[in-house]
Amino acid sequence: MKRFLREHSYTLLLVGILIVTIVILSIASPYFLSWKNCRNILNQSAIYLVLSVGMTFVICMGEIDLSVGAIIGFSGMIMGMLCVAGVPSLLAVLLGLMVASAIGFTNGFLVSYCKINSFIVTLAMMTILRGVILVWTNAKPIYGFSDIFTFLGSGKIGPVNVPIVLSLLIAAVGAVILHKTVLGNYCLFCGTNELAANRAGINVRKYKIMIFTICGLCAGIAGLIVTARLNSAEPLAGQGYEMDAIAATILGGTSMQGGKGNVLGTVIACLILNILKNGLVLLSISSHYQEVLTGAILIVAVFISESNKRKRSEV
Amino acid sequence: MQEAYIRAENLYKDFGHVQALRGASVFAYEGEVLAIVGDNGAGKSTLIKIISGVLTPDRGEIHIGNEVFSSLSTRKAIEAGVSTVYQDLALGNTMDVTSNLFLGNELSRFGFLRKKEMKAEAEKLLESLDIRIPDVTQPVGNLSGGQRQGVAVARLVNQGGKVFIFDEPTAAMGINETNAVLTLIRRLADEGYVVIVISHNMPQVFNISDRICVMRHGQVIKELRTEDTSMDEVVSMITGAAGI
Repeated sequence: MKRFLREHSYTLLLVGILIVTIVILSIASPYFLSWKNCRNILNQSAIYLVLSVGMTFVICMGEIDLSVGAIIGFSGMIMGMLCVAGVPSLLAVLLGLMVASAIGFTNGFLVSYCKINSFIVTLAMMTILRGVILVWTNAKPIYGFSDIFTFLGSGKIGPVNVPIVLSLLIAAVGAVILHKTVLGNYCLFCGTNELAANRAGINVRKYKIMIFTICGLCAGIAGLIVTARLNSAEPLAGQGYEMDAIAATILGGTSMQGGKGNVLGTVIACLILNILKNGLVLLSISSHYQEVLTGAILIVAVFISESNKRKRSEV
Repeated sequence: MQEAYIRAENLYKDFGHVQALRGASVFAYEGEVLAIVGDNGAGKSTLIKIISGVLTPDRGEIHIGNEVFSSLSTRKAIEAGVSTVYQDLALGNTMDVTSNLFLGNELSRFGFLRKKEMKAEAEKLLESLDIRIPDVTQPVGNLSGGQRQGVAVARLVNQGGKVFIFDEPTAAMGINETNAVLTLIRRLADEGYVVIVISHNMPQVFNISDRICVMRHGQVIKELRTEDTSMDEVVSMITGAAGI
């Protein structure tokens, strides 16, 4: 019990914040706890959730991926173009996801083999992808997809939207991979001490590439959800989403230095951020304040989660 | 006399213009602690890094057991039974004791960790080496220096190591922790492992080693039995005052 509390103290704090937020908002607005609104929140969170799960892996490894927002746009555009060109929907989705994974693979390759800082690699990748999208499409959206395709974004399984099911599934798989498998263990270990992993005979480069590929794939799935939901591949889709994903990951207790993190925390953090956004809308507070609030929460969260470490090192 | 388990012969290594090793040879036997001593830049670390596969020699051969290598990788060295406890301990501070013990050697089925078995094995292993860590699920960063060294050593034993190389094992440690580590090193040798220690601490070298190998300017200038020599003699060889 004591160990459980020690290991999960921060996650429990997040749960507390989540509950308090829900209670306050449900008192402030009668619409907040309605099933429609709850479903709306979960549906909105789905994209960020998928993106943040991938980001959690990358940050656990002590790296960063700024290109995920652009991958959303790029993979969505690929899927859209293929669909419009008459390729069967599911094949188009598959190809789009493969392209997204290939972009992640390239990021990983450049980081591990060419030894370029991941911040630079993914920043450059983001710019390149955005540029290519605009060149290809002349900045015009592509729209009008088949029912099968749009089902993946706005369809329902029973009372629940498909993206919600998809995102929770991915979060569950992500949690299992990070906490229960050798891959997850090496991901965390490379984050905390890459040299040690290398000396122990672990092929660090290979695992880095795998992690970036996973992150790319997650971004591709987010791209699928965005495109299918809007029934339109927008050139600027996913812009700025990388920041939300990073914010949710860090707020969820993943250490920016790597070596420490958990998917459950990321999920809860994602919910907190999206509930706040939703709450501000319900309370008719200007959306500009949302950004201010998100930034402020992030700073406070990192302050709390890093305070233990500071106490120990006494600097 | 028994055959040396490790025979590194005539090793050369240049780093640009710096000749780190110039024909260094070293022999290490099972059941003994070999201390490698020398001034800074004498080539001790380079020699050790070659034997543990971190560096590739320009020339020379390394015999480990019955195998002969002209160069090693870290993986090959580990497979041949050579394990190194680095100065920085090569531990992941945010990871728990079990993960650190099994790094690169995890018990798994289809890629899934068998955490319970790993925990039980870890506890058994630490107990057999008399390393006291009450809770193997806590992060290594929370442990004391001596405990951390214990984890680093236990990992190597777990890797099936036959040869243990310690690089400044007691640097930055208190008296109790130092004693614990020295006892551990002695115990490894007594159980028949090959132990190589690099140290600047002469009293410690004389306390635990069976043989001393003195390096200077990239060569091994003398190998001595610890009981046949004195601290003054060794220091004069290290500094070059002995004129060898």
